[in-house]
Amino acid sequence: MRKVLKYVSLDILKNNIVFAYAIMLALFSWSAFGLEDNASKGILTVLNIILLTVPLVSVLFATIYVYNSSEFIELLVSHPVKRGMIWKALFTGLSSSLALAYLLGAGIPILLFADFYTAVMMIVTGIFLSVIFVAIAFLSSILTRDKAKGIGISVLLWLYFSLLFDGLVLFLFFQFADYPIEKAVVVLSALSPVDLCRILILLHLDVSAMLGHTGAVFKNFFGTDWGLILSFTILTLWVVIPFAISLKKFKRKDL
Amino acid sequence: MKNKDIIKYLFSFILLLGAGNHVLSRTIYAGAGQSYPTIKSAIDACEPGDTLVITEGLYKEGNLIIDKPVFITGRGMPVLDGEKKYEVISVKSSNVTIKGLHIRNSGQGTLDDPGGIKVYDAVNVIIEDNELRDNFFGIYIQYGKNCIIRNNIIKASQKEEYRSGNGIHCWKSDSLQITGNRIEGHRDGIYFEFVTHSVIWRNISWYNLRYGLHFMFSNDDAYISNYFKNNGAGVAVMFTRRVVMMNNTFEENWGDAAYGALFKEISDCYLSGNKFIRNTTGLFLDGSSRIRMERNLFLTNGWGMRIQASCIDNIISANNFIANTFDVTTNGSLTLNKFDENYWDKYEGYDLDKNGIGDVPYRPLSLYSVIVEKNPPAMLLYRSFMTSLLDKSEKLLPSLTPENFVDNNPRMKPYTL
Amino acid sequence: MIEVKGISKRFGKLQVLNNINLELQKGECIALVGPNGCGKTTLIKSILGMVLPDKGDIFFNRKNIQNDNEYRNHIGYMPQIGRYPENMTIGQVIDMIKNIRNGKHREDDDLFRQFEIESMLFKKMRTLSGGTTQKVSATLAFMFSPQVLILDEPTAGLDPLAAHILKEKISTARRNGCLILITSHLLTELEDMVSQVIFMQEGNVILHKNTADLKEMTGSETLATSVIELLKTIPQ
Repeated sequence: MRKVLKYVSLDILKNNIVFAYAIMLALFSWSAFGLEDNASKGILTVLNIILLTVPLVSVLFATIYVYNSSEFIELLVSHPVKRGMIWKALFTGLSSSLALAYLLGAGIPILLFADFYTAVMMIVTGIFLSVIFVAIAFLSSILTRDKAKGIGISVLLWLYFSLLFDGLVLFLFFQFADYPIEKAVVVLSALSPVDLCRILILLHLDVSAMLGHTGAVFKNFFGTDWGLILSFTILTLWVVIPFAISLKKFKRKDL
Repeated sequence: MKNKDIIKYLFSFILLLGAGNHVLSRTIYAGAGQSYPTIKSAIDACEPGDTLVITEGLYKEGNLIIDKPVFITGRGMPVLDGEKKYEVISVKSSNVTIKGLHIRNSGQGTLDDPGGIKVYDAVNVIIEDNELRDNFFGIYIQYGKNCIIRNNIIKASQKEEYRSGNGIHCWKSDSLQITGNRIEGHRDGIYFEFVTHSVIWRNISWYNLRYGLHFMFSNDDAYISNYFKNNGAGVAVMFTRRVVMMNNTFEENWGDAAYGALFKEISDCYLSGNKFIRNTTGLFLDGSSRIRMERNLFLTNGWGMRIQASCIDNIISANNFIANTFDVTTNGSLTLNKFDENYWDKYEGYDLDKNGIGDVPYRPLSLYSVIVEKNPPAMLLYRSFMTSLLDKSEKLLPSLTPENFVDNNPRMKPYTL
Repeated sequence: MIEVKGISKRFGKLQVLNNINLELQKGECIALVGPNGCGKTTLIKSILGMVLPDKGDIFFNRKNIQNDNEYRNHIGYMPQIGRYPENMTIGQVIDMIKNIRNGKHREDDDLFRQFEIESMLFKKMRTLSGGTTQKVSATLAFMFSPQVLILDEPTAGLDPLAAHILKEKISTARRNGCLILITSHLLTELEDMVSQVIFMQEGNVILHKNTADLKEMTGSETLATSVIELLKTIPQ
């Protein structure tokens, strides 16, 4: 795997898009913190970058890259290389380079401007989101041979997790406003990695507000050590499950 | 000139009398190895105007009743222990001073409200530089007038509200000065009920079970430069008129029913220079009217200010609202309060004529705060892209938020407070 | 050496391979012929593990190739249309494959020299013509002196000189006891080296015979004509 990973990493590094992505993140974050008059407003801007841009770029770049690697995969498959190895190497290369780009682009300004715990949470969730959406990209690119379709699926999934899911949840809130649905909502939030990450950051960012009213329910759940462990377990599952499915399909794929 | 002489004699007699009085006033020592081993015997020996010095040591003498004007002072912080059974000191005379004592373990009980020091119906009582630990009530004043409570340290460590009294409890009193005390771990830090013309100044009241400061039916008071932090429910001012609140800090009061300050049914008050920092709700106003608020700071609260629809004619101007999750919310659609010339860090308007005031009005009520008010679990979706989208569109075309909830002259830069 | 037992493969509605049974012996040079779309390439890819059959098993040296990849150490494969990572140079591709192959085998750089790959090492794969790509494919296929050579239309797109070089190389390999599996439409080119013919149609193996037997059966002089005879006899 190390050998394959080496070639994948070299190829991604040669691809200027990852650099451009890191620089874009850096530009956005630095200017967000530099232009806003207080750091907390800057954090909000960066938060939006994390929750929207990171998943979008990760899922798009990874999907396109996987499709463009079809020759590479074909070439290797006829040689004594395990199939799973190729797929895993691609995944590791892509997710680590995107996570690194995020860490260097957005992580440094966040660490400098935000308070330590918020910063750590934003960096960790940002890295998780990068990897999760790479996994989702792998899944959608294995679902269809058609590149355009695959990209379409990726974008739809991103749209769903970033926008539609929240809309559905809000709709449910209003439908069941008369019932005590706080606990159900906690469960629901685990169904979207973007929301889970947002809540984890929210608990640090809007700590005062989250201590009031229903916030307390969430705080008591997500804010505890067990809640954190559970949240990160769920986020890990969001990486493992889509990738495992894609890996299983890839092993059975005809090239 | 006989008349003149008479006056002269009379005058020197009065002088003599005064001097004599001074000469007659004694200092009595109580404690081990002193002429009076117990405080009780020393008090009995005191004449009005005497000084009683209690020397270092531990005294368990049950309830001590001060029924004459004496100056009581401790040397080396003598400890007066109520053994959880007795009220430690009961002041039943005017012109008493109690200073430098360590008073602890008063009795408990909700019928007679025992305190570390309790003042019954007295004038000109001074209580200063004492340390009060684990008393039911710390200092209790009923029917007091012109009393001074100064620089005391009052600390209790009960966990349940009903097992704990208040740190400084004042009832039906007038012209009190509560200054420089530190109160911790009681039910309410400072409690005022039917107390008028009094001032609360430079106290620190924190980690109390319920309120840091609790005002009820107490008119014409002022509290200035106090620091309230992390009390169970913050500070409550209720059913009160004409209170001045200046330069206080309300910090880190967290929880569903916790407020930096809660105003209920109050009117004609003035707030200035107060800081509301990191509270779940900075300031909660219910049924309050004719309150003028200026030059206050609302920083990093969950809700900077919640102003219920029952509030009218309040003027909120020249305040700074910075980094709150929600600056202001309300529960109704009608607003009869005036917001003017505040600084809102969420304001995104412009200032073409460079007069420091934004050219477009600011609507401090965000759509999402209205949604959360109606549907609290929706808080979970806060800061998602969709909710920001909702907020942005509402800012452009207000539909759900009240039309007149608006600051027509939002400041471009924060006030230096 | 390679045993194919009852493999079937279906792409959607199309039955590409239909219960194929074959036994390929060491030292043979087998021509895999048949009309377009008869399943030749799918069969080859199945042997290589690139296509996974729905049914049946393939054995390499009596070992099932399913879940195995080491057997590919012994195979040199030249695809019909070589597809390579576009951004890599020829040098990088060759290096990578060498690296992955682990250098367990004696490297054979005859083709590398004869095709003058050296002078093109820095060319990117995407800039190459079809012929040059085929040269790279051929070089890679022979580089590790494999026991089995699978060549899918090896001479298509090559200039006559290169085709000649490649044919020479195939002959050498055959003399060295390699099992060679070739698909080609230009059977005349292979006339003198092919020892067996497998004829496929619509996913079925129609026949698998020695060339001598085949010529006798069809009464033809050459392999090419006997295959044409064969094609004629099959009802369309």
